[in-house]
Order: sequence, then structure tokens, then C-alpha cells
Amino acid sequence: MNAPQHASLIGQRIPKMDAPEKVAGKTRYIQDLNLPGQLYGLILRTERVHARIVSIDTSAAKALPGVRAVLTAADVPIHPIGVNKDNPPLKGDKVRCERDEVAAVAADSLEIAQAALKLITVEYEDLPPLFDPRDSIKPGAPVIHEAKPDNVAMAFDYAHGDVEQGEADSDVVVEDEFTLHRVTHCCMGVSGVIADFEPVSGNLTLYSNTQVPFLHKREFAEVLGMDPSRIRIIQPPIGGGFGSKLDIYPFEPIAVYLARATRRPVKLIFTREEEFIASPTRQPAIIRLRSGAKRDGTLTFRTVDVLLDNGGYTSWGATIPFVMMQTFSSLYRVPHCRYHTKAVYTNNPFAGSFRGYGNLQATFAIEQQMDKLADALGMDAYQFRLKNAQEAGEITGQGMHFKTCGFKDCLETAAGRSGFAEKRKALGAAKGLTGIRRGVGMASMLHVGGGAKIYPSDGCGTILKLDDFGHVTIMTGASEIGQGSETVLAQLVCEELGVPMSAVTVVNNDTDITPWDVGVHASRTTFIAGNSAIGAARKAKDKILAAASTVSNMRAEELDLKGGNIVRAADGEKVMPLAKMLRQLHFSDKAELVMTTNYYEPPSVHQDKGFKGDVSAAYAWATQVVEVEVDTDTGIVRLLKVWAAHDVGRVLNEMGIEGQIEGGIIMGQGYALCEDMPVVDGHLVNPAFRDYKLITAPEIPEMDIQFIETMDGEGPQGAKGVGEAPSICMAAAVANAIENATGVRITSLPFTPERVYSALKGKLQ
Amino acid sequence: MSSLVEISCVVNGTPTRLAVPPQTSALALLRDHLGLSGTKYGCGEGECGACTILVDGVSVNSCLMFAVDFDGRTITTIEGLAVDRASDPLRQAFVDKGGVQCGFCTPGMVVQSRHVLDKHPHAGPEEVKRGLEGNLCRCTGYKKIVEAVVTAAAAQSAAE
Ligand code: FES
Ligand code: FES
Repeated sequence: MNAPQHASLIGQRIPKMDAPEKVAGKTRYIQDLNLPGQLYGLILRTERVHARIVSIDTSAAKALPGVRAVLTAADVPIHPIGVNKDNPPLKGDKVRCERDEVAAVAADSLEIAQAALKLITVEYEDLPPLFDPRDSIKPGAPVIHEAKPDNVAMAFDYAHGDVEQGEADSDVVVEDEFTLHRVTHCCMGVSGVIADFEPVSGNLTLYSNTQVPFLHKREFAEVLGMDPSRIRIIQPPIGGGFGSKLDIYPFEPIAVYLARATRRPVKLIFTREEEFIASPTRQPAIIRLRSGAKRDGTLTFRTVDVLLDNGGYTSWGATIPFVMMQTFSSLYRVPHCRYHTKAVYTNNPFAGSFRGYGNLQATFAIEQQMDKLADALGMDAYQFRLKNAQEAGEITGQGMHFKTCGFKDCLETAAGRSGFAEKRKALGAAKGLTGIRRGVGMASMLHVGGGAKIYPSDGCGTILKLDDFGHVTIMTGASEIGQGSETVLAQLVCEELGVPMSAVTVVNNDTDITPWDVGVHASRTTFIAGNSAIGAARKAKDKILAAASTVSNMRAEELDLKGGNIVRAADGEKVMPLAKMLRQLHFSDKAELVMTTNYYEPPSVHQDKGFKGDVSAAYAWATQVVEVEVDTDTGIVRLLKVWAAHDVGRVLNEMGIEGQIEGGIIMGQGYALCEDMPVVDGHLVNPAFRDYKLITAPEIPEMDIQFIETMDGEGPQGAKGVGEAPSICMAAAVANAIENATGVRITSLPFTPERVYSALKGKLQ
Repeated sequence: MSSLVEISCVVNGTPTRLAVPPQTSALALLRDHLGLSGTKYGCGEGECGACTILVDGVSVNSCLMFAVDFDGRTITTIEGLAVDRASDPLRQAFVDKGGVQCGFCTPGMVVQSRHVLDKHPHAGPEEVKRGLEGNLCRCTGYKKIVEAVVTAAAAQSAAE
């Protein structure tokens, strides 16, 4: 009899484990959960953007029947949250932006809570506002936070080499200013939280959409003055993350304050309008970039000066310089680089982390200048990039060590499949300002692909348990936010233990059960949680095979796990069913259960004070080429096709990774072409999907997606992280394509018809 | 407060008599009173499609409809499609083709796709894209959703 063939799961198209429940409408998101006795929480936000709070009168609201609590800053401990600890959940002395929370209500119904908000009156005394970050750093500017009299929330300086030398070495130098706009995550599931104190123990359970449950737990403990071990965070399935749920925001402690005041569970869910107004955005930026090259096409230097509009408070948006800096210093080989960034307070909304984390902004600037430099040198734009591209083995000026690097393969693949060089030449020769014009554009990116050592640990824990029937439960610290990590982790464990996907359950949403993980960010989950899960599975396998070797009189090395059985490694011949072996272990004299734990810490290092160090265990690369059509009479830009080549290390789940890349490309398309949050006098103009345009199904381009498999030595089965990568190149590539089509280079986003039309008519200032 | 209005309708195949406040939206009725939480709130303004249901076989944004207007109508929500065998190839295609990520848009997408396929049983990609124009998805980039619906159309035709 032939031994059965057991195909590897790696690289297969595996449907998401949670999909059947989701398509049946059975998945319960935070909006769908209700606790017995629950109250409804709402927040009163300021009408002013920079003002002193003179008084708040809540008496009428408190008197409304059905209102259980009305809180202001006077009722709660002052404990500011956020990256700079500058954001008190309820504002007592002054308000600094449109989002500011001045009071909160808990009531028996949403209707009563809404009525109560209308009964609260607040008296303000306006202060001079700041809306342009360039004004914030002028001498004598109004001060937004007394603790930061210069209005500078954060500043970053980085350098390698000697840019003066670089300038001297240059045959051509280009300099531009790039202006990046504000967009937001638009998770289809709006933000929300349920806070529940157990009446007897006083323990707090938070039903939360956070992407970082363990960091959150610690921060909540600080804010609430509680012992962290008395806080349990349960994450219901999340209706989209993209970085938005990486920080603690005022509504979360507010819900807890309300629950504490009323001794009842409090559910607080945003409306879509509130989601637009009060959730984080991508970080707007003004980038001044100067780059040079020698006549032979070698890059010589870069100097970068970035001004970030930090808004009224400091969340993760202020820290995007970490990531921008990597792109400026290390996407290409550049011997001399100097980089300065300031994030300055204004009375605008503030930014958080958003898929790509500053890299869309940096790449927009760099990749446009790569085209400009190539044109100035009379070189082919593709060849010029190829000449300066990083390679495996390189250690960059910033200390990043590219153990694997598929950059050149990405460039060649995307250029080859799109016919980039020929098209760019032909379309460029036909460029013009009348009628309908076509163009192609290219951009590439470098992003962390093996976690990022920002916190004291960048690790993830796994607990693995096998039951008497060969069913595996994986308890992982890593959160599922729709990206498919649950399925990939199950796949990796199945691959080790030779069991089918149907034999696995993943538990990933309860801090009382799951081991520590730093959170879903930096495209790290497949890499870090994947390695952690593989380690736990290997320990289980060793234990099982050691036991099997005793009963089968074969050496453990001669055995393997396949198809739910213990098999002979050499030919796959069945020795005994896995479940039988597990039961023997359990019910024999040994009385053992197969349960293992593993904690994986990647071999990356913290950056030093000068931001140097090999911060990630692996780096992801990509090149994207786009073809666009520009209607010069209307300014409408249509995206026709995208060719994307991504160094993903190795494809683990082909369908899952395609889904990540397609979704990221379309998110990048929205960033480039239509999404925008104009803020006028500190107020968001368009807090609704009617006016905030997301890409819809008929607008998507054709997509040609290619994977470059560099088989990273440290990656799980060779894979690297890819979650953020696909959205990064798009805006830069589209900008280059518009230039190729029309001869006009536009350095500010988004490329809406109005902006493109004005630029083509030479009217853009 | 306002008095209740008596209505009768068929919800997912079950004849139902209800007393509803006149200001309540159909979405709130389904979610908060009937426990049908598969229909989602994404915007409340008719702009995202997360709340799509079928009313007498036609797709409607339930957030824009008053609950009292259910009177005399036949309502199908995602939960109702789930028991309707004819929709199985459609749901299965969403799973098999990777049309689901966070899944929040999914119930609305599936219901709207059902409507598109009822109208155009042999729909190709362009018809499907146009048919799904009112349904936003932030995760997938739509490509796999369109593939799923086109696959379901083909599976349906083959089964006929
Ligand atoms: S919730 Fe009805 S269309 Fe968005
Ligand atoms: S799958 Fe997340 S919004 Fe569509």
C-alpha cells in the first residue's frame, strides 16, 4: 500500500477560519454586544478649538430622569494619556482641538443620553488659535500646552556621513517641498468600548477594539490608578484596524469612569460622524527634500526637513519620523544623509498611527525626486533606481542589516511585466496638456518586515495544548484585526504537527488567557507570532515523538507527524494515530498532557540615541508601477493598472497575502486620488462618507501582483511581514505617472480633479 | 413619549406582528428589537451599504428606512439569506475566494450581491462592480469580492 501523500499547507490558498461565520452575519462585533444592566455612554465635545473653559453646568442634565451619571474633569483624577501624556481624557482647564471631551453622560438609553448632552452648558473664553504648523513655530506664537512653550511636541535629528561633502560630490541637485494631507482609517466598524466592573471583586473587564491589549492594560492601570492584574481586556472581532487602535483614546477611560461612577456596565459607541471627527488620522506633513547625484547616476546625499502638524495632542502620529527616517536613509544607498523633523502643536485634530506609518509620506517625496534626478541626468528612471538599490548583505548608514533583500528583483519584475522603461519613454514623448493623456509611474519602498524593536520587548507568547482527540488549541497574544493572522498561525502549527486546519482553534482575544504580545503593528504578527507558534508546536512535536519512539521502538528522528498520525519519516507509513498516542500519554502511568509554551523575541536591537541599529529582524521591499489616464479638460485621473512586486520572504497563504496587497493598493489609491479631510479653522469640513470619498468597486484598477520569495532565514517558514507595504508606493507612483502623462509634477496631495486641473493650468500655488 | 405603531410583516420567512415607535429606523428595529445583529451600522446615512437588507426582494439601506414602513412587506436580512439554500454558493464563494477580511462590510456585501445576482443571474465583473458601488469595504480592495460574486453567478447558472 502506498503511504498517503501529505501536501504542505505552505503557500496554499487557505480561506480565513473566521470567514464562514462572518458571511452568515453571525460574528459579534463590539456594536453587537450588550451586557445585562448596561448603560449608554456619550461624550460632549467642545464647540471651540482653543479656549479656556470658564464653567460647565451639568445640573439640568443630571436632573433628567434616566440619567445615571454626568461627569466632567472635576469628577475624575487628572491623568493625561497619549505619547506625550498631554491629553487628559476629560478637559478641565482648556480645550485645544475640535475633538476635546468636556463632559460625559451615562443613561438608561441612548435617547436619554443624547437629550442629556443637550442640557449641558459650557462657557468658554476663546484663546488665539493656531492652524498652520509654520505659524506655531514663529516667535510669539500662542502657546497651546504650557509645558511646551515653543509648541514643539517632538523633534528628531538623524545623520550619517557628511552632507556638505555629498553636495560637493554632486553633479546634479534637486530640491522640492512636498505637502501631504490628512486622511483617516475609515474602519467600517466604528470605535467603541464596553467597560464592566465586577460588583464583588471590583475587577474591570474591558471589551475593547484595541490592537495592543497588553500595552493597553498597563496604560489603563496607570490612568485609572488600578492594579494591572485586575484589568482584563477582551477583544471582540474588530471591524478594521489599520493602525487606528494602537493608542489609548479619551473615550476609553471615559467609559470606565462612567462605569465606576454608576456601578453598571457602560457601552460607548461612536457615530460615523464622531468617528471622522474624533478618531486619529494619518499624519499630515510638509517635507523639504534636497538630493544629489553624480553624472554616472550614483546618489550622493539627501537633506530632509520635515514639519508635522501635531494637532492639539500627541499620539503616535508624532513618532512617524522613526519610519520616515529609515526610508530617507536606507531605501537606496546614499552615503550622506541629514534629517530633521519637528512635530508642532496646532489647534487641529491630531494624528495617530496608520498603516505605513509615515512611509507613504517619505516615499512620496523620495520617489518623485528619483524621477527628477534621473531626468536631470538623462538616465532611464528604472536604471537609475536599479543602480542605487540596496542588496542583500548591506548594512546601511542607519545600521539596518539586510540579511535578505529582494529589492532588485522587485524592480526588475514590476518594470519587466509592465514594460515600464519603453512605456515611460513612449508616453513621455507624447506628453501634453490637451485631451486625454496616459502615463506610467514607478515607486519602491522599504519597510520593517520582522517586527520593530521599539518597546523593551518585541516578542510574542504562545500556549499550545493538544486534547485527547488530537485537537490543537493555540493561545496567542497576537490579535486578529481582519488581516488573517489567526489563519496563518493555525497553518504554521498544522504544518509542524501534521494535523488538518479543522483540528485547530485559535484563542487570541483575552488577556486573562493569552500570553503577552506587544500588539498588532509594524507588520509584525506573521513574523513574530508565527515564529512563536512554530516554536511551541516544535516543542509539542518533540514531546510526542519522544513518547512515540518508546512505544514504536523507533528513534524519534525516524518519526514524523503527518495527516493526524505518527508516521515513519522516511516513507510516511502510518505508525499510530496521533490521538491514540496523546491518550496513552494522558491515561498511562506517566499521566501527561501535551501542553507547551513559547516566547519568541526577534534578534533585532534597539536603536541608539542617534537612531542607529538593526531595529527589525527582516525588511520588506516592493516596487509598484502604475498606469494612469489624465483627462486634462477635467483634471480627472483614472488609475488603469497596477503592477506590484513584493518581497514577502515566502508566501504562506497565497489568498491571504493577495488580499492584504490588493486592499493596501486600493487604500493607497484612495490616499493618492480622493481621500481628504480639509480642516478649516480647526473644524473638519466633511465628517461623512458623502463628502469623504473612499474608492468604490467600479474604480479599482487591474492588479498584477507578483511575489518575490527571498526565504528569510529568520522568518517563519521564510516569510516576512507585509501588512503595511502595499499602500506605501501608490501616491508616489501616481505622481510620477501624472508627470509622465502631462509634464506637470504635482508635489501636494491628493490628486483630486480640482488640484490636478489647477496644476495643469499652472494655477496651483 | 410617542405612541407605538402596529405593523405586520414577514421577517426572514416568519410572519411577525410588531409595535414600533414611529421614529425608529428599520436598522434599529432589526438590531435592537429583533436581535438580528448581522445587519450593520456603518454610517447611518445611506452611504456605506453595511446595513443592506432586501425588502420585497429589493435591496435597501435599512438605516434610511423607518421601521413602520416594514408594514405589509417581506424582509430578508443576512440571517435570512443564511437559511435560504439558494444563497449558499454565494456565501461559500465569499469564503473560498477571500472576499472577507475584517468582515464588517460582509453581511451588506452578501445581501447586495444576492440582489445583483437576482437581477442579473449571469453577471460579469463589470455588472458586479456597478452593483456593489454603494457598498464600501476598507479591507479587501473589492477585487476578491467581485471574484466571489462572479464565481457564484457561474455556479448558480451551472446548477440550473
Ligand atoms: S449604515 Fe446604512 S448605508 Fe451606512
Ligand atoms: S472586509 Fe473589512 S470592511 Fe470589508
